Amino acid sequence: MTARPEPAEVRTEDALAPVGVVGPTPGASPTLRAEGVVLGYDGRTVIDGLDLALPAGRITAIVGPNACGKSTLLRGMARLHPLSGGRVLLGDRDVSAMSRRELARSVGMLPQSSIAPDGVRVAELVARGRYPHQGWFGRHSSDDDAVVASALAATGVADLADRPVQDLSGGQRQRVWIAMVLAQQTGIVLLDEPTTFLDVRHQLDLLDLLTSLNRERGTTVAMVLHELNLAARYADHLVVMNSGRIVAEGDPGEVLTSDVVHGAFDLASDVVPDPVSGTPLVVPRGRFHVAG
Amino acid sequence: MTPSPTNTLPTAPNAPHGVTGDAADDGTDGLRHAIGRLRTARRRRLGFVLGTCVAALAVLGTLGLMLGDSTIAPGNALLAAFGAGDGGDLFIVQQLRLPRVVAAIVVGAMFGLAGALFQSTLRNPLASPDILGIAAGASLGAVSGLLTFGLAGVAVAASAFGGGLAVALAIWFFAWRRGLHSIRFVLVGVGFAYLCQAFMTWLLARADEREAASALLWTVGSVADVRGDDLGILAGGALVLMAGGAAVARTQRPLALGDDNARALGVHVDAARVGTLLLAVGLVALATSFAGPVAFVALVAPAIARRLLSDGSPALVASTAVGALLVLAADLIGNHQVFGVAAPVGIVTGLVGAPYLLWLLATNERKERP
Repeated sequence: MTARPEPAEVRTEDALAPVGVVGPTPGASPTLRAEGVVLGYDGRTVIDGLDLALPAGRITAIVGPNACGKSTLLRGMARLHPLSGGRVLLGDRDVSAMSRRELARSVGMLPQSSIAPDGVRVAELVARGRYPHQGWFGRHSSDDDAVVASALAATGVADLADRPVQDLSGGQRQRVWIAMVLAQQTGIVLLDEPTTFLDVRHQLDLLDLLTSLNRERGTTVAMVLHELNLAARYADHLVVMNSGRIVAEGDPGEVLTSDVVHGAFDLASDVVPDPVSGTPLVVPRGRFHVAG
Repeated sequence: MTPSPTNTLPTAPNAPHGVTGDAADDGTDGLRHAIGRLRTARRRRLGFVLGTCVAALAVLGTLGLMLGDSTIAPGNALLAAFGAGDGGDLFIVQQLRLPRVVAAIVVGAMFGLAGALFQSTLRNPLASPDILGIAAGASLGAVSGLLTFGLAGVAVAASAFGGGLAVALAIWFFAWRRGLHSIRFVLVGVGFAYLCQAFMTWLLARADEREAASALLWTVGSVADVRGDDLGILAGGALVLMAGGAAVARTQRPLALGDDNARALGVHVDAARVGTLLLAVGLVALATSFAGPVAFVALVAPAIARRLLSDGSPALVASTAVGALLVLAADLIGNHQVFGVAAPVGIVTGLVGAPYLLWLLATNERKERP
């Protein structure tokens, strides 16, 4: 984890896509970047001028206390929430100048709540990820089937293809939604609290899945996470937010100190090396149960 | 697209598998075929449902041409429908029975499609023009046209259309807060339904008896008297609006996953929803302006269609077919006193629809991702 190469400043803007490969090439997606973005709800400003670049081909985790604006930031970067100021760039293009469809071919986003229509089967739901690639009448081709098959296989839900989504467990369902985002074939995937409602085993499964997607396909992953220690373990780039501002960002090993935790969460803690991964492990101190 | 082959991560020796890549290469070829088969099975099921509906429409339609004060043999009735046969049959079929059958099918199809559009774009099985007050607005338009402004004929229909559209716009005005949220739209609509009903009752109560009796027909749906030019306008308008329905159909599948998901998939959510609702309102207002508010068809037809397909699709085409079938069957039942009394089609559909609504209210729950 620690010996990974530096983020992709090595992007070569002018190269052509290899022949025969449809859609984004691994490691090839341009950087998604917020510049001075202002975001809010009904006149209440949540984020007032924030800069953030999501390193291409890496995993970024955004953490912070409740209501710090981390979900709003991600939604703004995916153009799910209107910007009150600033701009979001994909490579050197302002995303507000792109059509939604065009953006949806480059940036995928799994929002916090999704609705599975009654009776929809796994393969059908995942196939809806093909929407931005389809023509007017939305007919599926066998190419679409191949993409859906690949997405189902990558997320380990191939066996469930003909099962109704509502019959699945929470962990399975979350994989299906990720398969849908993968079927969208975007080089950048954003996820808003993808591990919420999952038990610890399924949280790890899911983060392992995202890691293998990142490593095998070079997909840029950025996600809002609640669990600090998992964020520190799985992220290449950690962003700590508080009150609509970035408190610290960078390599988790350097960023996650007890000072930063105190600054962001108003919480006293010890930070020790994770015995499994060597990444920082935040051990919070409460009022009770503190030895010595 | 800006590939940089040098950027491949060290842990991916045999990558990349582009998502499309070579399907045979990443061992998902069998899975791809399985998915193709699932897709074909879905399409077959839709074909079967539509085929069954069309066959049932043909049978019921023929019955509608045969039955009445004088019964006509099926062969003669069909011949007469196409303009052949003897004079008496020809007159009865062409002037009386055929228009009624066609009107029932067209009106049913319009309510069926409108209901499916409302329900899918607002993601709420309760969102039908009956509940939202759009049908009530159209009724109010017709009744006030008759009673207050002394209109007659097509002018009443126009007034009904205006009423339905006005209520839809009013709901819009009150429900719009930086985008159109479905639950607010439904709640505001329910409020307007009551408002329209109250106004209508007031108008009927202060009208004189004879006028009130003719106006009362506009509060109950009927396809008995839609013929000639009226039927032409209705059918022509229905075709135009249905073509529009085909154009917005595509956006309904991503919209069903939630606004955020739809946006992330590249749908312009507000524009898609506005377009869909305008079409649905147009369908309801037009159908109501000629046939009155045929109760509950727009609520029930999509539910039946979705149940028949049970594939999570918005079932727009199937709802259209089921709506046509429902209204045609209900009109036959009411017209030929199957249950011992003659009743306009709106009464019959109401008797079927009300228990369904109760069942829906009792069992409705939102299913969201955990």
